[in-house]
Amino acid sequence: MTQSAPSTSAGFYGYSFSLVGVLAFAVILFWAVVALFAPHFAPYPVGKIVDMDYFGPMSAKLWLGSDYLGRDMLSRIIYGARYTLGIALAGVLIASSCGVILGMAAAVIGGWFDAALSRFMDAMISIPSKLFGLVVVAAVGSSLPSLILTLAFIYTPGSYRFARALAVNVNTMDFITVARIRGENTLYLAVSEILPNIIRPVLADFGIRFVFIVLLLSGLSFLGLGVQPPLADWGALVHENIQGLSFGSAAVIAPSIAIASLTISVNLLIDNLPRKIRDRSA
Amino acid sequence: MSKLVEIRNLHVEAKTDAGRRIEIIKGVNIDIAKGEIVALIGESGSGKTTIALTLMGYTRPGCRISGGALLVDGKDMAKLSEQERADIRGTKVAYVPQSAAAAFNPSQTIMDQVIEVTRIHGLMTPDQARARAIELFKALSLPSPETIGGRYPHQVSGGQLQRLAAAMALIGDPKLVIFDEPTTALDVTTQIDVLKAFKSVMKAGGIAGVYVSHDLAVVAQIADRIVVLKGGEVQEEGTTEAILATPTHPYTQELLAAFEPKETQFAGKRTDKARPLLEIENVIAGYGPIQADGLPFMTAVRSVSLSVEKGRNLGIIGESGCGKSTLARCIAGILPANAGNIVFDGKELDHNARRRSRDALREMQIVFQYADTALNPAKPIEDILGRPLSFYHGLKGKARDARVDELLDMVRLPKALRYRHPAELSGGQKQRINFARALAANPKLIICDEITSALDTVVAAAIIELLKELQRELDLSYIFISHDLSVVEAICDEIMVMYRGEKVEHLTREDVKSPTHPYSKLLFSSVPKLDPTWLDNLVLEPELVRQYGGA
Repeated sequence: MTQSAPSTSAGFYGYSFSLVGVLAFAVILFWAVVALFAPHFAPYPVGKIVDMDYFGPMSAKLWLGSDYLGRDMLSRIIYGARYTLGIALAGVLIASSCGVILGMAAAVIGGWFDAALSRFMDAMISIPSKLFGLVVVAAVGSSLPSLILTLAFIYTPGSYRFARALAVNVNTMDFITVARIRGENTLYLAVSEILPNIIRPVLADFGIRFVFIVLLLSGLSFLGLGVQPPLADWGALVHENIQGLSFGSAAVIAPSIAIASLTISVNLLIDNLPRKIRDRSA
Repeated sequence: MSKLVEIRNLHVEAKTDAGRRIEIIKGVNIDIAKGEIVALIGESGSGKTTIALTLMGYTRPGCRISGGALLVDGKDMAKLSEQERADIRGTKVAYVPQSAAAAFNPSQTIMDQVIEVTRIHGLMTPDQARARAIELFKALSLPSPETIGGRYPHQVSGGQLQRLAAAMALIGDPKLVIFDEPTTALDVTTQIDVLKAFKSVMKAGGIAGVYVSHDLAVVAQIADRIVVLKGGEVQEEGTTEAILATPTHPYTQELLAAFEPKETQFAGKRTDKARPLLEIENVIAGYGPIQADGLPFMTAVRSVSLSVEKGRNLGIIGESGCGKSTLARCIAGILPANAGNIVFDGKELDHNARRRSRDALREMQIVFQYADTALNPAKPIEDILGRPLSFYHGLKGKARDARVDELLDMVRLPKALRYRHPAELSGGQKQRINFARALAANPKLIICDEITSALDTVVAAAIIELLKELQRELDLSYIFISHDLSVVEAICDEIMVMYRGEKVEHLTREDVKSPTHPYSKLLFSSVPKLDPTWLDNLVLEPELVRQYGGA
């Protein structure tokens, strides 16, 4: 049993919400809106040099100062949100859906299919993710589709392991046996009997994996293997402005804070998802 | 007699996840004299375990003692600090849990765990404690008391482990021992040994006890007084004899009535040459890889034959591990049999359910013991009942809805339940839904695998009644698997006794009172009777017990 939710919880529509979860959701929503409507928010075009100085300080004109070429940092972070969120979301969607589908299939079919797939996935997990990303980028070059596919490929085995472990537990329950001797096929068993029982932990895993992908993408970009200039995601922004560190420039701190706020919020949100109140008569 | 325990106006409240407080114990008064054993009985949710736990000053997470006094040997457990309570636990008040298997640490020897209490409280030196433990093992009539302490928990049987748990509780010389359904998980033949051991130790030491149970017959053997609880309130209280002989409260009467299921008029119309609905011959099944001789590594069912006639019921009875559930799984095709024939309704069935036709699957349904795991917790009742309707009969929309209502009506549940999830139903309601799902297929034969053993006596009796009614209405046959003889007797025309994977005896209703096989005799005589003197007067042939009393 987990301990009871933080005392700052309130009930709405049969669910209890915790304050931390609501705050985390607000931060995520903020970044999602920023990414969607970037052109409306950005005060300057993303590639335009607007400051005579490089690593300019924060001012009324340039809220977050300027970068190593004198471009507006705020505008670059706003546009960067698009790449960070977009690539990570696409990557995690592919990785999690592949992982969950294969994981449930392995649990339901079992036998040699399960054994072969599981050993293959174990082999995949043993490859260091950054090294693998490096090899792929070196081989096929860096483009947005190849980046998304690489990230998805790296995170599918983990998602598979997680989903399979959950599905195997559900698969041994009597209601699955009942469905089997009713004559149901594998697809029905997986989608209709198993999936509803594992969907919550799978969603939580989805959140964690999203965070991992944001961090790996930032890491790859920081190494210069991710999003290529003149486009830049948050990781690339940290990378290109790293010289500014010695000047105490906002150009290094601001994208780092953006990465941190997004990943921490996603983590906090999945730890504090609304809970269904089981006591109906309240 | 002086009072050891005085519970005065005890209130316990729980907080739900919506922050609402509910009172689960509503002003209970109970006295226990020194050396007296008091039984708390009632259905699940009646608060009997909650009250027993408060005697140690303990409440389960989310609950708290909200009022009243709990005097144990002059100290109010409700008002003591956690440290003071810890000093009392194990030395004055001790606890024997329901599942000893879950209460022992599998990675420590039994002796280390039994004497742990003396170490924590600094009662005696380890050597003294070991000597005392061996005395207790002897008193609890455990086999090889000198060496049993050196074993690990998985190396002794369930009945022995339960007695070892009692030794663990008794080593600190407590004045009060709380038994929380200690024999519920045991077979009847094992239960007798455990009850006898408990009774003799308690009487010899003059120890007072609280015995929590839902089984009136077991309680009758061990308790001096019985307190009947329902909904967190005391319904009736009295000496064991008085409660059994002249129950006054309706709930107590119901409990007693449930113990002896109403005898039904069995259709005596045994047509001369009734065609058997199911006939199985020399079925062998088991687990593990197939050996060179074509048999599985662990044979659980050895060459069993049986037949079920249309409209009649067969009961299969035996202790746990005798292969009765494996046999049910074989017939249903969940575990393909390794040898033998299964003929159902004149057609030979494939051993594996995957290769049986959809109609064959439809006509034979199986209902599992635990409705909790047999119903998908993520689906509402209407989907659970609706799926077999659309799968087997192609029903959709309105027709399907109407049929779901009909099914709920058949199992005597309100129609509004269709929107609920299984977690929102009581144990008995869940078992009814479990059964309704089998009915949805319009089967000819339903295999009931221990469907009442997880339920309270009163609820179980109601389910049995329901099964009988439905049989009359729908012309069903049942194979009824249970370890509880009274349940099987109540519903079955024929009874088959299984022991170690073999069919040892086949009894009809006429000769059920006079079994001939020695194991059947032992099994039938081990079922507790509602007579307080039954255990004391029970004489089991030592030869029989040695041969078949596995514990």
